[in-house]
Amino acid sequence: MSTSVLPEPGDTAGADPMSTLTTADRPVAVGAAKPARRPLRRGERGKLASVGLHSLLTVCAFVAAFPVAWILYISLGAGKDDYLHPGRIFSRMTLSNYSFVVNHTGFGTWMLNSLIVGLGTMAVGVLISASAGYAVSRMRFPGHRPLMYTFLLTQMFPVSVLMVPLYKIMANLGLLDTYQGLILIYCSTAVPYCAWLLKGYFDTIPVDIDEAGRIDGLSPFGTFWRLIVPLAKPGLSVAAFYTFLTAWGEVAFASHFMLSADKYTLAVGLQTYISQYNSQWNYMAASAVLIAIPAGVVFYLVQKHLVAGLTAGGTKG
Amino acid sequence: MTVAVQGRARKERRDREPRPGLIARLRRSYDQHWYAWVMCTPVVVVLAVLVGYPLVQGVILTFSNANSLNVGRTIGVNHIPDSYTWIGFHNYVDLLTGPDNQLVPHFVWTVVWTFVCVVLTVGTGLGLAVLMNRKMRGRAVYRMLLILPWAVPTFVTVFSWRLLLSDGGAVDGLLGALHLPQPSWLSDPLAMKVAAILVNTWVGFPFMMLSFLGGLQSIPSELYEAAEMDGATPWQRFTQVTLPGLRPVSSTVTLLGIIWTFNQFNVIYLLFGSNGTDSVQILVTYAYQLFFGQMPQDYAESAAVGVICLSILVVFTGFYRRWMTRNEAAA
Repeated sequence: MSTSVLPEPGDTAGADPMSTLTTADRPVAVGAAKPARRPLRRGERGKLASVGLHSLLTVCAFVAAFPVAWILYISLGAGKDDYLHPGRIFSRMTLSNYSFVVNHTGFGTWMLNSLIVGLGTMAVGVLISASAGYAVSRMRFPGHRPLMYTFLLTQMFPVSVLMVPLYKIMANLGLLDTYQGLILIYCSTAVPYCAWLLKGYFDTIPVDIDEAGRIDGLSPFGTFWRLIVPLAKPGLSVAAFYTFLTAWGEVAFASHFMLSADKYTLAVGLQTYISQYNSQWNYMAASAVLIAIPAGVVFYLVQKHLVAGLTAGGTKG
Repeated sequence: MTVAVQGRARKERRDREPRPGLIARLRRSYDQHWYAWVMCTPVVVVLAVLVGYPLVQGVILTFSNANSLNVGRTIGVNHIPDSYTWIGFHNYVDLLTGPDNQLVPHFVWTVVWTFVCVVLTVGTGLGLAVLMNRKMRGRAVYRMLLILPWAVPTFVTVFSWRLLLSDGGAVDGLLGALHLPQPSWLSDPLAMKVAAILVNTWVGFPFMMLSFLGGLQSIPSELYEAAEMDGATPWQRFTQVTLPGLRPVSSTVTLLGIIWTFNQFNVIYLLFGSNGTDSVQILVTYAYQLFFGQMPQDYAESAAVGVICLSILVVFTGFYRRWMTRNEAAA
């Protein structure tokens, strides 16, 4: 490969390889002894490498997207065993599964509950993890290192240690079977990682900006709110995405702390559903697609920030 | 890694200002700390009440024989008090040496699972990130599609995999068309393990890919130019420039990956259900089985498994961080 980048004696026949080839030069170069060896400029690829790159990526993208597309396709088949005979679905696609799920189950209620909990977790979680992340990023106060380590620690144990004591605490606080209770629990799982991520993002924002704000008479909190939060939008949107998804997809806590049927979130609702319509996979598929849509919308809104937001979190974590 | 960055940001500020007197410094630091503490308070309160306190309670519970029959609860207006008793280390002894000794096989499988999954997700993520980190047509489309496994909630995608992997499902159809054996992915113990690892890799690689993509973009291109000038081959450029440049990212995401995979509940639980074959359960799902999969639900022993998971990870993280710092010092 080095030959394709660095000038070689044989290649220099037509033109200086480091300068851009003009169109007038090109025929000379092509007509020269080694037509295929036109030196590549930086960032250029040969035809073969290009084909290889694109085919490899296409295969990977196909594998990544296929299960998602598959469930979409299966959801269009009316029979409950259609997933075993995908060929059948194609000739008679129908939206009947969707209309059944929406009209004849508690789907609307579950969806609303999940949205309340998901958006609530997002708002509360992003707010408190941002303030904590900012404090840890900008101020060296006694206790900041133990705090960061605690964040890591909270990722380490399974729910089964917490379940019973948490149940009692929620009952004592009167938060059992309420949206607030579930939102707080989800915050406790999502916030540590978000605070970690946002701390990394805040580290990339120059301290000079804070200082300018302080000199102009803003309090530290004002600096954070008026200057840093607007600048940290990419990082914040990734944190929002993460908190929302955490709440949206969680099963274990939701199924034990939301007791009354009108408070069920989607994950809990679907469980009642499996036993009710035993192995009616087509309904499951249709509701799975409906569940994926809000997550997809949130994802679409934040996706242009995703790399920038994660970068900072990753590099400076 | 955190400290280095912080130290730098802090030092810049100090160097620029003249050093104030002791009392002024104390007062300023008090002001700063006051704000910092106020800003951290919400998180600390939430974590203390909803994680710290229950965790302590949970650990205490592991020294009792609490189960769903003797733990206090409120039914309607009647309050039933706790009636479990203290049995010391019996739960731990029972887990390690008891007749239905399950912990050790589950532990071994958990370690294998974590190792293989992390190697695969980090490898795939890194490979794809390197492929994506260049100008090409359709880059945005590729990125969009490759992020899908992360963007769609796990219980939806794992459900899809369950349909794909079921007997007579699409994966078997594909293997049959290629005249390959078609194991029953959801009931044969070995095939289940393979399926679980593959699905978890599928679920986990986008996060790694995005993190690495971010890391790659932060490596200055001058380094690559210099390496090219020195005649480095692409492979040399990868090992000598890319990998060291990615170290801050890779050390963090690998640690997170290990912790998350070790505690990966969703994939195994959703793929095989709670009544799945025992051998495929990792420690976390095993704890969940002890909790919900039987009557009476064995809270204490389940919590003991959880505490064991936690201590393994704490010890591991300690070693990992020490190892990373030593590596950084050596490099």
